[in-house]
Amino acid sequence: MSALTANAERSPLPTQVGSLAGRSVLRTLRQPAMIVPSLVFPLFLLAVNSAGLDAATEIPGFPTDSYLTFILAFPFVQGALFATMNTGQALAEDIENGFFNRLALTPLRGSALIAGQLGGLVVIGLLQATVYLAAGLFAGAELAAGPLGVPALFALSILISIGFGGIGMFMAIRTGSGETVQGTFPLLFVLLFFSSISLPRDLIEETWFRTVATVNPVSYLIEGIRSLFVYGWDAEALGLAFGIACALIVISISISSLALRERMVRT
Amino acid sequence: MSRSPYVSTALGIAWRSLHNVFTNPALLLPALIFPLFFLAAFAGGLSAISDTPGFEYPPGYTTFVFGFVLLQASALGGIFTGFSIAADFERGMGRRMLLATRRRSAIIAGYALTAAVRVLVTWTIVTTVALLAGMSVGGDTGEIAALYAISLTVNVIALLFAAGIALRLRTLQAGPLMQFPIFMLLFMTPVYVPQALLAGWVSHVASVNPLTLVLNTNRHLLAGQTAELFATYAVVLGLICLLAAWAVTGMRRAEAAG
Repeated sequence: MSALTANAERSPLPTQVGSLAGRSVLRTLRQPAMIVPSLVFPLFLLAVNSAGLDAATEIPGFPTDSYLTFILAFPFVQGALFATMNTGQALAEDIENGFFNRLALTPLRGSALIAGQLGGLVVIGLLQATVYLAAGLFAGAELAAGPLGVPALFALSILISIGFGGIGMFMAIRTGSGETVQGTFPLLFVLLFFSSISLPRDLIEETWFRTVATVNPVSYLIEGIRSLFVYGWDAEALGLAFGIACALIVISISISSLALRERMVRT
Repeated sequence: MSRSPYVSTALGIAWRSLHNVFTNPALLLPALIFPLFFLAAFAGGLSAISDTPGFEYPPGYTTFVFGFVLLQASALGGIFTGFSIAADFERGMGRRMLLATRRRSAIIAGYALTAAVRVLVTWTIVTTVALLAGMSVGGDTGEIAALYAISLTVNVIALLFAAGIALRLRTLQAGPLMQFPIFMLLFMTPVYVPQALLAGWVSHVASVNPLTLVLNTNRHLLAGQTAELFATYAVVLGLICLLAAWAVTGMRRAEAAG
């Protein structure tokens, strides 16, 4: 029995999770190509949209006179979509280069593998939320919920990242292909744009678009984050956003676990 | 009557490249889907913007958005062909083309022809969808012909820019370098509202962005309004000359690299 196997056999779950999470965090931080686009691209679109759509605040019934404050939810959710890609890509690489197969030979628990992979995601999620919030406030946005809104914003943002990261993980485990994981990005982008991201749902004029935005769960994630900036503490918006984020986590982690079990059998 | 070697080379390269594109949905679909996606998302989700004070565009918001989508589709057609150039040079096909061709600019001409045919297909689909979605067109036949002529020059501009990068770096990893600057320029125009309603830094950038003039001309032609045609042609032809030099020097770099 190898030293690694013996060590893993003795190690409790938290140790296994800690080792894999440490690896995931280090791996994420060592690859600027994974971090920079997920920071720069959402900020660029935030800057362009906040200036380009500022006239929207003149629409009767628009909830704030600052479009920047209104659209600041955009980078938080877009950043979470990048988390899908980053987590999925990292795991797919592990599968493609054989590291996953070597892990499968150890007594490592599947739950540790999943929880560990999410470690890097939480770090990048925190980094993203800090940068987006700082950039938004610096540019003149307001946080109506006040200082106490910051932990709520970070908590929601990270939960959303974990939920989408779970989808990326599922895609990676299921297909074992980084290319396929990347291929899901346009689909997630569609979910983002066909939501209430640019205007409140009640101000969307086209009926078909309003219907799509209403059934699109991403709308409620956006509206939860937006409520902290625009309205303060809106229990309904926050309840829906936290509920959907938690449901997304439960669903994505459950299907990832099932896919993992299947892949372990194949391995 | 036999064709000149230059034309034969360009046609041969275009035929091969088009065959690759039209037999591989993964290459064909993104250039089709992205403009349709933006047309649906913007025209559907943002039409209330046309109710804001000062927004004056008689044909309606779908037509207003179509002006941008046409510009974007034309640029994307050129960029995606740039990806094909990078892929060909990465896999060694480009080197074989260099060996087989006396006048190397014919290779660029072949890819430009590819980009033009690709964008023609995209225009057909995007325009049909926009008309079905209720786009109203105020321009006459001449104005619409001018609209597509200008859009074709945008396609050539994007192709030459992407070719210059693809030939210098000769790897598909250069994709973001081809895509991102054009994407930034496109979004730093009056995408959602007329230029007069832009606020903040984007209004300053848009006023010096050459694509703003092209976009405004597109929208004026679609609406049948007076457009700054000569200024627009001067700008796009100037950009073509500039970027043709960029692409040709890129080809020289590729030749020198062997």
